[in-house]
Amino acid sequence: GMDVKRICFTSLSLQKCLCGNGAAQPMQSCRRYTSAGDSGSVAGKIVAASLLTVGGGVGGTILYAKWDPKFRAAVEKGVPYSDQLFEMTIGPPPPPPVIPLPKKPVGLCICLLIKNVHGCKSEGDQFVQWSHAHVGVSTAEECKECEHEAHAHVVKERPEEVVSARLAAQDRAEHDLLSSLSAKLDDTLGSSAKLTLQAIGAQEAALSAIANHTSKLKEAMDAEGPSDKTSAQWRSLEDALNERSRAADEAGAALLKAKEELEKLRKVINAAKDSKIDAARPQILAAEENLHSMVVDLDRAVGKVQTAQMEAKIVSQYSELVNEAKAQFQKELDSITPEIQANWKGLTGKLSPDDLNSLIAHAHRRIDQLNRELAEQRVREQIHIEAALDQQRLENQKTLDKAVGTAISHSREQMRLEQEKKIEDVREVMEAEMRTQLRRQAAAHTDHLRDVLKVQEQELRAEAQEVLSSKLMEQETNYRRVTQDQLDAFTLDMNAAYARLKGIEEAIDSHVVAEEEARKAHQLWLSVEALTYSLKTAVADSPTEPLETAAKAVRESCADNEFAVALASALPEESLSRGIYSEASLRARFYQIRGLVRRVAMINETRNSLYQYFLSYLQSVLLFEPEQLAPPTKLKPEDLDTFKLLSYATYSIERGDLELAAKFINQLTGEPRRVAQDWLKEARLTLETRQVVNLLSAYANAVGLGTTQAP
Amino acid sequence: MAEEHGRKWDRCLADSARTGFGVGVVFSRVSFHTRIASLCRPNVARCVGSGMGLGMGYSNCQHDFRSPYLLHGHMVKDQ
Repeated sequence: GMDVKRICFTSLSLQKCLCGNGAAQPMQSCRRYTSAGDSGSVAGKIVAASLLTVGGGVGGTILYAKWDPKFRAAVEKGVPYSDQLFEMTIGPPPPPPVIPLPKKPVGLCICLLIKNVHGCKSEGDQFVQWSHAHVGVSTAEECKECEHEAHAHVVKERPEEVVSARLAAQDRAEHDLLSSLSAKLDDTLGSSAKLTLQAIGAQEAALSAIANHTSKLKEAMDAEGPSDKTSAQWRSLEDALNERSRAADEAGAALLKAKEELEKLRKVINAAKDSKIDAARPQILAAEENLHSMVVDLDRAVGKVQTAQMEAKIVSQYSELVNEAKAQFQKELDSITPEIQANWKGLTGKLSPDDLNSLIAHAHRRIDQLNRELAEQRVREQIHIEAALDQQRLENQKTLDKAVGTAISHSREQMRLEQEKKIEDVREVMEAEMRTQLRRQAAAHTDHLRDVLKVQEQELRAEAQEVLSSKLMEQETNYRRVTQDQLDAFTLDMNAAYARLKGIEEAIDSHVVAEEEARKAHQLWLSVEALTYSLKTAVADSPTEPLETAAKAVRESCADNEFAVALASALPEESLSRGIYSEASLRARFYQIRGLVRRVAMINETRNSLYQYFLSYLQSVLLFEPEQLAPPTKLKPEDLDTFKLLSYATYSIERGDLELAAKFINQLTGEPRRVAQDWLKEARLTLETRQVVNLLSAYANAVGLGTTQAP
Repeated sequence: MAEEHGRKWDRCLADSARTGFGVGVVFSRVSFHTRIASLCRPNVARCVGSGMGLGMGYSNCQHDFRSPYLLHGHMVKDQ
């Protein structure tokens, strides 16, 4: 709409194609269009607004559903295809929160305990390892917890296989670690032991060297033998010194190495201790003991070496002092007698008396000096001694401290080791104790479990039994019901079938009966027809064949039908035995009778002479009456004239009404009656028979009609 | 009954005739033999006799006719 407006307003040249009409009234048409456009824009606005609303609603619903799953479920339940939409836009609905089953983690504990028991049975170390491992594992605590508060914890029970696998893995890892640790320990122990031994050996060597040197020095100092010996001594002393230094160096180096190695060992031991594998503890302990012993030995050796060194120092000091004195003496001597060589011992023969005197004087001087010094020394002895004592004390103290410190550390170490050993022992005892306790606990637990299980089993059994019995009963009732239903249905079906069968049978019977009836009716009809036909067999003037057979047939065919039987038996005997005359013959005979009746019209009981006969004959000749006269509906007494009656009868018989004719003939009196009697009888017979036959026929027809079934 | 009537008439006539002739003949013969009357001519006798016979027959007939219920039975012999 807006576009149209714009286009309309912007380009007038397009107005034609846009607005349709010419440029006559572009603005109007444009206005029309713009109004249309306005309306269009309004419609557009409405459409846009509605779309926006719908979109906003849908979007809001989706977002809220994303945030709140319950709302989402509600919407999904309410709106049919919303779940697909949600799945498309947000994703599958969040799974319902899994509520972990509060299963008793008894199995885990049992597994552990059983394992413990089994471990106990197999190998003590193994068990210790395992028990340690298991005690170390947190599930033991869980086990204890679960022992006491079985239902309190919602612990997700790991399956046994996983647990055993984990335990096995743990064992294996520990074992590996242990083996590695032990290997390392052994290695380090070995190396450290080697080195320590080396160090000790070196120390010992140093010691021996020092001792040797010292002894040699002492010897050298004390011995004042020939110069070659002294030089030899000095040489050996030098050698010894060298050796000593070398040995000392070696010892130092070895000590360092040993110390390093010991440090390494200590580190390894600490690492082993940190790894907290209790199985390695004895090994660790042993290693520590070894370390300690090594350290102790080393220290002892070092101490020995140090004492030796100290001795050697003293001795060397002493020797130095002596040498110094000697040197001084020599210096003095030299100063006094410079030409004398140093080695004054070998020069006793070469010295001059001056030299000797000077020497002696020097010696005396020296002695005096020395005496003075000695006196001084004696005086200062105490002080010196005290000082020395102090020094010595200090040194002693120092050494004491050091030694004490070392001893303390050693003893501490020893104590620690002992403690550790004790701890180890106690631990072992405790382990054994715990083992027994655990065993007992396991036994008690198994007993308890057995009891609980028994009880539970009983309960469950009872419950299951109950459930089973209820289910059985239910099933039985169900089954009974079903069988009953089946039976009922079957009975119903059977009844229905039976009823149907019965119905069918009845129908068939009735059908049979009906057919029988029909047959009988047919037969009756046939017989009646036969009877009727036999009626027709009356040839002119001779009666029909005797109706006996036909009647018998009729009687047979309707033996059970009273009516028919009655009718059949109502047939007059004459007709049965002799048959009846046909109407035609009766008609013909009638005329004869008529003539005769006319001739004897006058004769009755009173007038019955022959003369009367003659008169009557004359009358009949002379009287002319109409042959046929329609009989009135009501007979008057004057109608009872013979001739009239005859006319009536003739009329009737001409009309085929034998009955009426018979009726009229019946009204004849006297001789005419007598004359007409047999005709009347015949007529009556015929009429009777015909009536019966008609009745029978009608009846047969009726019955036949009744029994005839429409196809 | 008509046949009976007819038969009756026949009988009547036959009887009459027979009776008449019979009687006539018999009378004539008797008269011939006995010469009762001076009946000169046998015809007269015959006529007298016939007449008598006819008369007898007539009355017989009449009687016959008057007694309608008097049937003439035929003896049927049991076979």
